[in-house]
This record gives sequence, C-alpha cells and structure tokens, in this order.
Amino acid sequence: MAEFSLPANSKVHAGKTTSVKTSATKRAKTFRIYRYDPDKGSNPTEDRYEIDLDKCGPMVLDALIHIKNDIDSTLTFRRSCREGICGSCAMNIDGRNTLACLKAIEDVKGDVKIYPLPHMPVVKDLVPDLNTIYAQYTSIKPWLQSQSPAPSRERLQSPEEREKLDGLYECILCFCCSTSCPSYWWNGDKYLGPAILLQAYRWIADSRDEMTGERLDNLEDPFRLYRCHTIMNCTQTCPKGLNPAKAIAEIKKLMVARAA
Amino acid sequence: MASTSDNGFRTRLGRVRGLGSAKSGGAHWLAYRMVAALLTPLTVWFLVSVVRLAKAEHADAIAWLHQPVHAVLLLVTLIATFHHAAYGMREVYEDYIHGKLARLVAIGLTNGAAILLAAASVFAVLKIAFGA
Repeated sequence: MAEFSLPANSKVHAGKTTSVKTSATKRAKTFRIYRYDPDKGSNPTEDRYEIDLDKCGPMVLDALIHIKNDIDSTLTFRRSCREGICGSCAMNIDGRNTLACLKAIEDVKGDVKIYPLPHMPVVKDLVPDLNTIYAQYTSIKPWLQSQSPAPSRERLQSPEEREKLDGLYECILCFCCSTSCPSYWWNGDKYLGPAILLQAYRWIADSRDEMTGERLDNLEDPFRLYRCHTIMNCTQTCPKGLNPAKAIAEIKKLMVARAA
Repeated sequence: MASTSDNGFRTRLGRVRGLGSAKSGGAHWLAYRMVAALLTPLTVWFLVSVVRLAKAEHADAIAWLHQPVHAVLLLVTLIATFHHAAYGMREVYEDYIHGKLARLVAIGLTNGAAILLAAASVFAVLKIAFGA
C-alpha cells in the first residue's frame, strides 16, 4: 500500500539549536533545517539556526551558504548557479518545493523550515537521491531523433514551430514538480512524473523530431503516463512558472488523436 | 519509491525501462471520461425522476417504468454507473495498492461485483418494464 506516514527510522526528531544572535543583532531569523547523516545511524533531526540577516544576502540560499560558511560546515546541500538556471538548490522551503536561490527570506513568515524534496531517498541533509529520476529522464530519450539523412546544414524550423517549444525548453530539471506530485510519491518507480513528461512532450512537440509515434508508444501505459490525475501541484510549485500539467494533457490528447 | 535492494545489481535505467510500456491505457482513459460526460445529464434526470416519484403510489412507479423512454434511459444510467464505478475503483487501486497480485485481485473482484450488480439491476428493470 501507499505509505501515509514515515517509517520509524525516518521520523524527524528535535535537533540542536545554534544561535549567533547578539545584542547588536537587529534582524534575527530562525532557520529550521532537516538534518540527516547516514553515517550516524540515527533518525533525522530538525536543527535550528538563529542567524543575523544582516550577515547574508536576501535569498534562502544566501542564508544556507552563510550557515555553512560561518556557523556549521557540516550542513550539506546542492547549489551552483545561485540564479535559478541550474536547478541544483531545489528543496522544500516553508512547505513548498522551490529553488532556494529564487526564494526571498522576507517572503517567509516566521521561522524558515527547510526540508529536502519530498518522498525521495535522502543521501544527506538536503541532498536527495536523484538517480531514479535521472534514469527516467534517460528513458524518454531526451534528444532529437530522425530517420531522414542528416542534413548538411541546420534543421530548419519556422518561427511558429519554434514557438511550440516555449514553456517547455525553459525546464531546468530541478524536479520541484515531480516531488510535489502525490501520484509520483505513491508510484514514483513506474509513473514518470510531471518533469519527465514535460520533457517527453518537449521532444514530441519539436517539429524537427521524427519519432513522435515511438515516443507516444513508450508513454502509453497505465503507470508511465496515466497516473496523472490533474492534481496540479506541479504547475502550482514550478519555480520557473511552467505548466507541466498542460504538457501532460497535450500528450493525453495526442493519444486520443492517434486512435481516432 | 522502490528500494534499491530488491533489484540486485540491475541498473536504474534497466529498472525504469522494466517490462516496457503496456501500450494501453489510452482507451481506458477516454472511456472513463466519455462515460462520465454521459452520466452527467443522466444522473440529473435520474435524481429528478426519483424525487418526482417519491410520494407516488406503487402502481404509478410501475406505470412510469413501463414507458419505453424511461426504461431505456434507466438501463443506460445503470450500466454507465457500474462501468464508471468499476473504472474509478481501478484507478484508486492502481494508485494505492502496490502488490501486483493484491491489485489484480482487487480489480477482478470489483469488476465481477460491478458486472453482477449491473446484470441484476438490468434484469430488475426489464422485469418491471415488460411485466403486466
């Protein structure tokens, strides 16, 4: 059956509190961060860090980097570009999946709760194991496939054909959407999830790709595609403002179109 | 998520590709929605009819079902309802029951119950419709 509560060894216990607040601190803020160390063999904890917002930049990622650099170097998280284009710092902040680098600290009322992306195996602290979802990405063959002989120049595409990729090519594979989807939580081993299905549609919608039929064949499955029940968490949470639910709906429409 | 230990040394891609696509599901998805669309006006008609007959005599209800239009619409409503219920329950089982055998048994029992109940209610309607 689907798991509706955490297994005993995954229950989050209260952790340590570290405060760097002094009498000179004008803007204090508490960050409550999920911590899990596989080497310790103990349950995850929620550690509290009281920091001075004047010592770091405006975004949640700035605070995390400040904590790691100046307070607790054992805090583990992924980050790279710090401007919303690499997708590395995807995590659950204030109850919603988003990119730490695009989330302003001042937008969070009260303490800032930071957890890893939901329902993924945790490698350490805020770092989820993304190997399965990367394999799912590989399974949809995210590259241009054609049967015509390779042209000696660029493959042409009209501006209208190119427009069909808008809202799709911007996806940075941060997986905020897939890990917000209950269907993906319950059947993530077989259901491809919104991120991968949006990517699949990105190649189905590409006028230069000639393998549309094979791509649809690969998706037509009660689990791979049809676990989507238009819950819409994906579209709600996408930090890039994309609409994976619409991409999935377009795939479903094509399934009907080719049978009609 | 599937645990990593129950698949031995299979690669993640091997596990994800698994037995391949079932190449089905589209017809089920479409049928589920078409029947739901059909049920919208039928259910309204059915509820209105039931409310109107609520205070009627037994003979009036029998006379109502003797009319071919009412009998046919009621038959379609019943069949569509059981079809929709069975399809809907199947979606729920596929979402939440992860054991393959348990899932198949649940789907089979539900389909069997739906067919049995649909047949019984169709028989009841026909018996009254064609009765004296």
